[in-house]
Amino acid sequence: MDWFKKPKYMTVRVTSKKKLDIPDNLVTRCPGCSEIILNKDIENAQRTCPKCNHHFQMPARERILFLADPDSFRETSGRIQAADPLAFPGYRDKVVKGKKQTGNLDSVIAGFCTMGGIPVGLAATDFRFMGGSMGSVLGEEIAALIEKAVERKNPVVIVSASGGGARMQEGIISLMQMAKTSAALARLAAAKQMFISVLTDPTGGGVTASFAMLGDVIIAEPNALIMFAGPRVIEQTIRQHLPKRFQRAEFLQEHGMIDIIVRRQEMRDRLIQLLSITQPVPAQE
Amino acid sequence: MAAENYLEFEKAVVELENKIAELRSFTDDQRLNLKEEIEQLEQKAETMRRDIYRKLTPWQIVQVSRHPMRPHTLDYFNGVFERFIELHGDRAFIDDRAMVGGLAWLDKKPMVVIGTQKGKDTKENLAHNFGLPLPEGYRKALRLMKFAEKFNLPVITFVDTTGAFPGLEGEERGVAEAIARNLRDMSVLRVPIIVVVIGEGGSGGAIGIAVGDRVAMLENSVYSVISPEGCAAILWKDRAQAPKAAEILRITAADLKRLGVIEDIITEPLGGAHREPQTIIAKVKQYLQENLPELSAKPIEVLLEERYMKFRKVGVFEAAAHEC
Ligand SMILES: [Zn+2]
Repeated sequence: MDWFKKPKYMTVRVTSKKKLDIPDNLVTRCPGCSEIILNKDIENAQRTCPKCNHHFQMPARERILFLADPDSFRETSGRIQAADPLAFPGYRDKVVKGKKQTGNLDSVIAGFCTMGGIPVGLAATDFRFMGGSMGSVLGEEIAALIEKAVERKNPVVIVSASGGGARMQEGIISLMQMAKTSAALARLAAAKQMFISVLTDPTGGGVTASFAMLGDVIIAEPNALIMFAGPRVIEQTIRQHLPKRFQRAEFLQEHGMIDIIVRRQEMRDRLIQLLSITQPVPAQE
Repeated sequence: MAAENYLEFEKAVVELENKIAELRSFTDDQRLNLKEEIEQLEQKAETMRRDIYRKLTPWQIVQVSRHPMRPHTLDYFNGVFERFIELHGDRAFIDDRAMVGGLAWLDKKPMVVIGTQKGKDTKENLAHNFGLPLPEGYRKALRLMKFAEKFNLPVITFVDTTGAFPGLEGEERGVAEAIARNLRDMSVLRVPIIVVVIGEGGSGGAIGIAVGDRVAMLENSVYSVISPEGCAAILWKDRAQAPKAAEILRITAADLKRLGVIEDIITEPLGGAHREPQTIIAKVKQYLQENLPELSAKPIEVLLEERYMKFRKVGVFEAAAHEC
């Protein structure tokens, strides 16, 4: 990694609790190495820390542009938005806030693109929209994407950043999205099309317990928190001491739950290599 | 019913019933003629109970659904079916006692039965881990479903769980994967599946055995994405506000029927299933007898398409006013 030799970024070591004279919107303190880093440098490194390679969360649309071949993405999502089927307190406000924060209608972006020239259904969830939680919209967009991929005989890649799991504000209807998306994947499997699930920080609850854990290949980004029950829930209800690195990508790999841990810088290439097995082998010259 | 097993909102009627019992014993001893008074009081108790149960709040229904004396899965296995042979284990790690299952015969027809098992007392609860399944429970359930598919037997599942066990073991051994796999594989299992929610349908732990052609709920059972206590903790940082959360979440059988998430409601005896276990067992039996022939008669591709569409169409959203 040549950036360790020739730093193009600026770091400030914080030795006192004195506040820095740099506006908050220009810098971030990296949770990985505690350095103060210019946001510009994080963004230029696909939202990783140039110092310690900590992976920051990535907005869904940015993720898609980063993975898809240039100008190839055709969005299928973006035509529906959350209703409020239970008239749940505060839900509409949360949706408005999520829309404002992301510029998207809900927590998922889905569509078709090529990756390394291979046609693929691609979706990404966005943690900034209600924790990337799965309500009717996410469930519908994912199920519709998979069904179209079955029709088009395309593989599917879904990148999850859904620490929120099933969206509480839609009650039982959210729970049913778990069955709906998983059933759609059964059809993709029957069509012998590949599904690659990419788990990023954080992914949990009803998303982990449905489509996210059903990949033919399951990839995680380094150090991503991947869980069923949240660590606090476990500590409170069971009062167990939890090991260090519990529910992190490396822990899951050690326990046989995921195939590969891939750094974001290599993610696109790795996905294309995996997807290439679905393509006919080119004839010898 | 033992007096210590009544629910808080039943207090008045239970006190009255105790008084009636007292009067009865008095009659026996003193040969006093209190027959009329007793009959009147009994009428009153019945009316009181009817009134209470006619307008149970969602939180009261949660209490009934969790009643320790409520018939549990094994009571149905042994009560509904002529014979039940338990089959143990996931063939990989352990036999999770929170998930029970095996072969059962109804009207001489064999089928596979599976369910989460709570206990009626501490001893039973410890034996069955309070009905909180480990990953191996879901894997055992799926193993039994594949067994059913192989021998073309219908599957009946009974749901009664607060949720999957939220602990270190579950996370280490992939409870999320186990539930997800069940959701996917149940959606294409080539035999009829009937699901009966008999008590608590707790989130992912419940739906992990609840993808079926028919989903029925007992009248006083609940089915929810999160417990009312958990919801209250998130919304108001106060688990004591669970009654309010129970209302907001729409978790009763009537709510789920209205939302189009379940097909049928099996009515319970007055005062809840625990007051007359034999009655509710007979009703569940009747429900299976009514629904199995119809499902078994369907060509499998039709059954699978209908099962898929049943879950596919669940979702409430609006057309976007403008594209973002
Ligand atoms: Zn760093």
